[in-house]
Formats: sequence, structure tokens, C-alpha cells
Amino acid sequence: MTVEKLKNELSLKEVCLVNAQREITGGYVGDLLSWVMGKAESGNVWITIMSNVNIIAVASLTDVSCIILAEGVEVDENVLNTAKQKGVNILMSEKSAFEIASGVANLI
Amino acid sequence: MNRYYYDFHIHSCLSPCADNDMTPNNLAAVATLAGINVMALTDHNTSKNCPAFFQAAKRNGIIPIAGMELTTAEDIHVVCLFEKLEEAMEFDSFVDKNRIRIKNKTEIFGDQLIMDGEDNVIGNDDYLLSNATLITIDDVKKTVESFNGVSYPAHIDREANGIIATLGTFPEECGFLCTEFYDENKIDEYTEKYLNLKEKKLLVSSDAHYIWDIKDKRDYFEIDDEPYSSDKVRREIFKALRMVDKS
Repeated sequence: MTVEKLKNELSLKEVCLVNAQREITGGYVGDLLSWVMGKAESGNVWITIMSNVNIIAVASLTDVSCIILAEGVEVDENVLNTAKQKGVNILMSEKSAFEIASGVANLI
Repeated sequence: MNRYYYDFHIHSCLSPCADNDMTPNNLAAVATLAGINVMALTDHNTSKNCPAFFQAAKRNGIIPIAGMELTTAEDIHVVCLFEKLEEAMEFDSFVDKNRIRIKNKTEIFGDQLIMDGEDNVIGNDDYLLSNATLITIDDVKKTVESFNGVSYPAHIDREANGIIATLGTFPEECGFLCTEFYDENKIDEYTEKYLNLKEKKLLVSSDAHYIWDIKDKRDYFEIDDEPYSSDKVRREIFKALRMVDKS
């Protein structure tokens, strides 16, 4: 399952899609970045409501396949530009983290 | 030069999680017993007990500072301190407009009592004070500065509502010059791990929610206080917090 396929299957909104063909290998849900840094694994889809610019650093560090922002959370210009620079995929959904996670779980 | 022992992080009975015995006069009296000379009242997202605390402090011979512990949109706790009571109250009005209003359930979260200078209950806040506001961590410093205040992240050595647990680092972009530790024994561990902390003014305060949480005097500011006035001492403390004399 690629990020692009996941986006289409779950009708996720594209915020920053720089590597659409990245393969997905599971998922992690969390908002405390110190935990995410230690727990999320390479290739995971990371579902969060945190929109601070540090999410890009954490996504790079953990090498997740994409960030999915839950609950319709939006990011500002600075976060978007940093994501483009660092090549981090970001998708967004109005749904809750639980609903998104169960959608991902059904697909992979 | 004289030493002024401080505690810049104290909750009164207006904070839902703090004991109802944390009245303005009890705080000021216990500060005296603990050897604290300068105490800041920092309730969650409110400064409405600061006017009463100023009266109580005067009665007990300690120097009060008006403050607030702001919860940012990211659930990070930030200590905000103001040189003047009026500035804190203006900031309080601003924060009021940026709160997310959830009815307080006193049986779960506790009372939120507003008092006068004689410890009489003169009101209460019906909405929960401790939850996140709409103010983001990136905006806190400049917002507080626009009210002539100083702000810095609270208890960064704690998992709950500490900036490092929440954001994974101590982000330089937020511009903070100071930071607060809850446990002074954690300072070495954190400054070794997060190197930019070495440049910061490190403060230790009690974050007291109960009378017995208020710690005996420990950290102090060395202040040239001649000719003495409490305003002069406060001014010098804010200079130190703004690192005016650092260069």
C-alpha cells in the first residue's frame, strides 16, 4: 500500500505530497513528540493532532511514510515549507484519530 | 547587594487542582515562614486572585509578582510574569478571550475561587481554567511581551505539560530566554542532553498546589536594592529575566 493509494482509499486531503509512492508499513498514533520519536517506526503512518513545526523534525527522524493530521487540524505556511524542504508527506482528514487508524488498519 | 529568595510558580484556590486552603493570605504567610522574599502567583490561565495576593503580600512583608501559568494550544505550560499588577490584569482579559470554554465540574476538577484581600470568596470561575487556550507556543513570548511581561516554559523536566515531552526538544525558535525546572537535581541531565539550555537562565520553583508543597528558600537573585523599594527589586528581577545585563 502506497501513500497515494491510502489517500484515495480513505479520501484524505493532500497537504504536502512529495513522495506519493512511499510504501506504508503500519501505523502509530500519538501527540507527545517525545513519545513519537521513540516509538514510531520507519514506514509507519503517523496520525496526530499536533501541528507545531516540530512534527516535521520528528517525521524525518523516525522516517515515517506520512503524517496524517486528524480532526481537520491545519498547518501554517512555515510547517508546509519545512515539510516540502525535508520531503515529508502530510495528509489531513476531518475524522478523529480513531476513525483514521481503523481505516488504515483495514487496508494494510 | 542583597539576596532575594524567590518562588515564581504558585497556585491559589482559583486553580481547580489547587487546595482551597491556598488563600492569598495563607500563601503570603507561608512564604514568610519558608524564607521566600519574592513570590509570584501563577494560576492556570487566570490572574484574578493577584489583586488579593498583592494585599496579602503587603501585609506579610513579601514582594508579590502578578503572573499566570498559561496553557498553550499544544497543552504546554508557560509561566508568564508581569512587572505591574495592572499589566497582568490586562493580559488576563486577553487570555479570557482566548480560552476554550468547558463548564467546570467542581466534583472532578475542584473549586475555582476568587478571593479578596481578606480571604473572603467574592466569586468563582464557572469554566474550567486549566485546559488549553488558543494561544500557540510560537506566539506566547511576543504576546506576553506586548503586555510588558516575561514568559518561559514551566517544569520542563516533567512529562505532563512540559515543553520537551510535548515537542520533543526545547525549540530555539520560540525565543525563550529562561526556563523552569521543578526538580533541581534534573538540571545537569537536561543541560547535557539539550545543549541550548546552557544559554538560558534556569529557575527552580515549587509549582505548589498545597500549602506543604511550598519549598523552603533555595534560589535567589542578588540585587543592588539601594535606595530600597519593592518596585526597585521587582524591576531588577525583570532585568535579570530579560537578560538585559548579560552582555
